[in-house]
Amino acid sequence: METLTKTMQGVPLNHYILLCAIIFSIGVIGVLIRRNAIVIFMSVELMLNSVNLLLTAFSVYRGDATGQVFVFFVMALAAAEVAVGLAIIVMIYRNTNSVDINVLNRLKW
Amino acid sequence: MSTFYFIAFLSIFFSILVITAKSPVHSILYLILTFFTFTIHYILMNAQFLAVVNFIVYMGAILVLFLYTLMLINLNKESEPRKSNLVKIAGFIGGACFLITIVAALKAFTVSQPVVLNNPNLGLVKNLGKILFNEFLLPFEVSSVLLLSAMVGAVLLATKDPKTA
Repeated sequence: METLTKTMQGVPLNHYILLCAIIFSIGVIGVLIRRNAIVIFMSVELMLNSVNLLLTAFSVYRGDATGQVFVFFVMALAAAEVAVGLAIIVMIYRNTNSVDINVLNRLKW
Repeated sequence: MSTFYFIAFLSIFFSILVITAKSPVHSILYLILTFFTFTIHYILMNAQFLAVVNFIVYMGAILVLFLYTLMLINLNKESEPRKSNLVKIAGFIGGACFLITIVAALKAFTVSQPVVLNNPNLGLVKNLGKILFNEFLLPFEVSSVLLLSAMVGAVLLATKDPKTA
């Protein structure tokens, strides 16, 4: 483990921010261009995970373990969100026989 | 150091595949690979607790939940209806604008310091447990209530109503 952490040393903080920003925007693009509700949900998970990684990077950078505790809470939140969201998707599928979000346009206007 | 860039490349590559794969099952499998690369990132930062939790909770629980839902509603037979190209281009431009804004803000920084782990047992279970059960005891208990309510809500939503069905 010592050698493993030695290999990490020297990566600038900016590169972590850049990586997480790229993955977050991939998640945003995924939410915008897909119509399958489950794939949209997975893009949201991608965004949550990029934020988790950035929190951990900042936590290591500052030498403060609070950031990693926050990541733990975000993971608990994500688990709760996935359970409720997938239940809603199953209910939508039962009512409309589709998970296409364009079917759900009754809330428009 | 080059390990980080290789794993970062893999993360970006697989996450692009997640949003471009045609079949939702392929999307989920690519998402599992993406989360695996995230676990490697955590190990590289010596955040061992988060690496294990990410491995168990995300790859073990959440993605299996996704796969089961996909199996239950059986989307494999019909392909997803495509969005028009105009909407796709607009979505891509929107996301790219977001990325450009963040990168431009990042450029305003001076040369950044490297991420150096000064305290090697920062992310170990012992250290995190002490913080979690001292400073963050109340949020920890509240998150358990959140998980309980989410479980009750999911069961309530997903079961059929006997009166209407």
